[in-house]
Amino acid sequence: MNVTVQPDKLTAKDFASDQEVRWCPGCGDYAILKAMHKSLADMGARPENTVFISGIGCSSRFPYYMATYGFHTIHGRAPAIATGVKLARPELDVWVVTGDGDALSIGGNHLFHALRRNVDLNILLFNNEIYGLTKGQYSPTSRVGQRSPSTPMGSVDSPAEACTYALGCGARFIARGIDVQAKELDVLFRRAREHKGASFVEIIQNCIVYNDAVFESFTAKDVAADMQLHVKHGQPMLYGKDRNKGLRFNPQTFKIETVVVGENGVTEKDILVHDETNRVLASLLVALRPPNAPEVLGVIYCDPAAQSYEVAVKAQEAQAKAKGPGDLDKLMRAGNTWSVT
Amino acid sequence: MNLQADASRNGGPAGAPVSKSDLDSIVVRFAGDSGDGVQMLGSQFSQETALAGNSLATFPDFPAEIRAPTGTTYGVSAFQINFGSRVVKTAGDQPDVLVALNPAALMVNYKGLRKGGLVILDQGAFKEKDIKRAGFTVDPRTDGTLKEFRVLEIDISAQTLEVAKPFGVTQKEALRAKNLWTLGLVSWMYDREMNSTMEYLTRKFGADDAVGKANVAALKAGHAYGETHELSGDVAPITMPSVKVEPGVYRLVSGAEALSWGLAAGAQLAGLETVLASYPITPSSPILHILAKLKQFGITTFQAEDEIAACCAAIGASYAGKLGITASSGPGIALKTEAIGLAISTELPLIIVDTQRGGPSTGLPTKTEQSDLFIAVWGRNGDAPIPVIASKSPGDCFEVAIEAVRLATKYMTPVMLLSDGYIANAAEPWLIPSMKDYKPFPVKFHEDVEGFHPFKRDPHTLARVWAKPGTPGLMHRIGGIEKDYNSGNISYDPANHQKMTDTRAAKIDNIANDIPEQDVAVGDTKGKLAVVGWGSTFGPINRAVHNMREKEGLDVSHIHIRHIWPLPRNLGQLLKSYEKVLVAEMNNGQMLTFLKSQFLVDAKGLLKVSGQPLKIEEVSSAIRSMLGSN
Repeated sequence: MNVTVQPDKLTAKDFASDQEVRWCPGCGDYAILKAMHKSLADMGARPENTVFISGIGCSSRFPYYMATYGFHTIHGRAPAIATGVKLARPELDVWVVTGDGDALSIGGNHLFHALRRNVDLNILLFNNEIYGLTKGQYSPTSRVGQRSPSTPMGSVDSPAEACTYALGCGARFIARGIDVQAKELDVLFRRAREHKGASFVEIIQNCIVYNDAVFESFTAKDVAADMQLHVKHGQPMLYGKDRNKGLRFNPQTFKIETVVVGENGVTEKDILVHDETNRVLASLLVALRPPNAPEVLGVIYCDPAAQSYEVAVKAQEAQAKAKGPGDLDKLMRAGNTWSVT
Repeated sequence: MNLQADASRNGGPAGAPVSKSDLDSIVVRFAGDSGDGVQMLGSQFSQETALAGNSLATFPDFPAEIRAPTGTTYGVSAFQINFGSRVVKTAGDQPDVLVALNPAALMVNYKGLRKGGLVILDQGAFKEKDIKRAGFTVDPRTDGTLKEFRVLEIDISAQTLEVAKPFGVTQKEALRAKNLWTLGLVSWMYDREMNSTMEYLTRKFGADDAVGKANVAALKAGHAYGETHELSGDVAPITMPSVKVEPGVYRLVSGAEALSWGLAAGAQLAGLETVLASYPITPSSPILHILAKLKQFGITTFQAEDEIAACCAAIGASYAGKLGITASSGPGIALKTEAIGLAISTELPLIIVDTQRGGPSTGLPTKTEQSDLFIAVWGRNGDAPIPVIASKSPGDCFEVAIEAVRLATKYMTPVMLLSDGYIANAAEPWLIPSMKDYKPFPVKFHEDVEGFHPFKRDPHTLARVWAKPGTPGLMHRIGGIEKDYNSGNISYDPANHQKMTDTRAAKIDNIANDIPEQDVAVGDTKGKLAVVGWGSTFGPINRAVHNMREKEGLDVSHIHIRHIWPLPRNLGQLLKSYEKVLVAEMNNGQMLTFLKSQFLVDAKGLLKVSGQPLKIEEVSSAIRSMLGSN
């Protein structure tokens, strides 16, 4: 057997495949890809033990650009295929790359069940609120009124909110990042990989061709600081240029409201402290969306279960095997048999 | 013009009761409400019959509803068994004995009974409202409806209640033992040992359970009733001599069992662990249930969220280096087609089991049909060939499943294995195979880094290498987009797509050189007429062809096709050596169309889509008609 000797410390380059990247120039996917190459190298991941699985759509071309194992599958089904991979080989580090159409429209059911079962997958949903590869139709995350080839007068149906959906599905790790924020993405990738169970990461991703600047209300340079809240476990949820804006819980309305420290008697003590293990808090945070509130970024929820799905499955199998390996001849002769001589 | 199988037309030997001395097989049909435990009654009687050394074939025939309203005709559940001292090949055209546990069961089944046959009725279930509910305007016992049959009326309900009540069970629980009382009686009629049923009841209820005790008491009481009551001469006990068969250890096996064990055996021979991913669907679910209990064999089972996910998870497992299997039935197979295409395109092994049922759409979930041949062979987008093989009987499922695993792993391809509702549920005596008699075909995963690319092919089989994740140096990407022949990278090159399409087809075509040539099941390799069948019609066609040759001296042969795609390489030639070809199948002419298109043979069809298996007499009369002998 020939084994390629890998240098001990891999670099971002070692995770980039030799294939030419074919996203549109300026696409947010480039930044995410680059962040992933670097993160995996920094985390000490091994390319041979890493698998990227995707469905169909622009984001789903991701595996072709990774020098790991990769499987570009069919529309919406990546979580199901990844579940099969994980059931067969729990030791593999399995990432699912999907988009808003792939994950929340055609594949909504599979995403639900992968999260509910808590399969140890790292699921990255690139949300650009549009169908890119099919040339610009509105997607399940498009906002009401989205004009597109299929909705020339504007869409009329309410959008899905990815993190709210994931939380409702029973996900125990939910995070949100922005395509160009490599440093923050690095943390999210690392945390997602460390989390045992299904990790769900929504990445706000700009489609430069069909939906450019749709996230400007919180990504534009001039508003970013005032419209992005980067949460950290155990720290008060403060944001803003002057870090004087914050979130406060109003027990009368059972809502989270944005306040300014120093105004109307608000002190830092009134500001909510992030507790990523608190599901109720997570449900309030994922519901906050610009322009009425800041975009909440970072690890919003992380509350690992005792074991992930495939670990529980393997435990049952080990229990069955403990009674001795299967013997087909014996099995087929068990019960009522008779001999003919 | 094709021939229509018409169940109502076939008479068979009508008239006087067959004298007991020349009986070499008997067909008994049990029928009752879907809550009466008729399937348990039938399968226990089958077990006793098998242990007595008779050949047998069974036909569980039940409604899709779990508990339909009591006393309705659509809630009738039936179980037919044909047993004999000669080799039995079908569950029998016409019952000799009908056990009807209520008027609805009589209504649904009495017309199929042989003239002169015996009807055993539960008198206690024939109250006026029950009779009306079954759709009789007048009591069928008094108006001559049953005049062509012998009728034995016993108040089975009352007898059962009397014996079961003392065990302190409720009226309802006591009455539910009437299937066991009936089994006791029928066991007496055919001289059966009831030990296996007693053991079954002890296993099921435990030795001290009141319901279990009531059931055992009912069983014994039914038997004692036969012994002590002076039943009419016709109902005197019959001892059926045992059948002469190959020596060895036998058991009863259903198609679902043999198929599941065959998959486990195939995986073992390939040296692979397996992941079976399925979604519950009738009549395929028993495969999931059986394999879920075989974890110690390295089998992982996964009840997926839907049929698509099931197929996808199986593909994921194969990609990861295990054997992915998915089992379903028609509607589920339809949902899996896109995923199957992915496995074809990425050239991964995958076993797809299709236990066919009546269609289209939801069709007849619990009834049998062979109408998925087209979807199996052709039912995908793009040019997407896969091997398709079909099982002919419950026991044969074991062999076919092993063959499916061999082909899937050797040629890196999905394989469709066709069974059907009849095979899956029916049971037959089975000479239990020994694993040492099977030659292993171990899978070799690719590990050589030198010159590796994921679509590197074996020059003989054209199978691509199987390199599993976790192997250092072989990291690669595959997907549903067309791949370059020489690197496996994405390619939109026109000439490359032609080459890849041709290669995928050639790989599958080439399997024809790795499967047996087509043989003739009965008869000569040339002659006036060949009756061609596939799948579960093997039994009736085989028996009919035998009978026509032996009893009527007709020049007819039986060709049974196991490998449906690719077809055996000599099949076209073989078919052309007969003057006429008749394709008998349970669909509207799929194999018929298929053979015509492949070989330009002027075949006729004997086509039946009633949800019921073909009858021997239907095939016989089609043979007579084709040969102008009637």
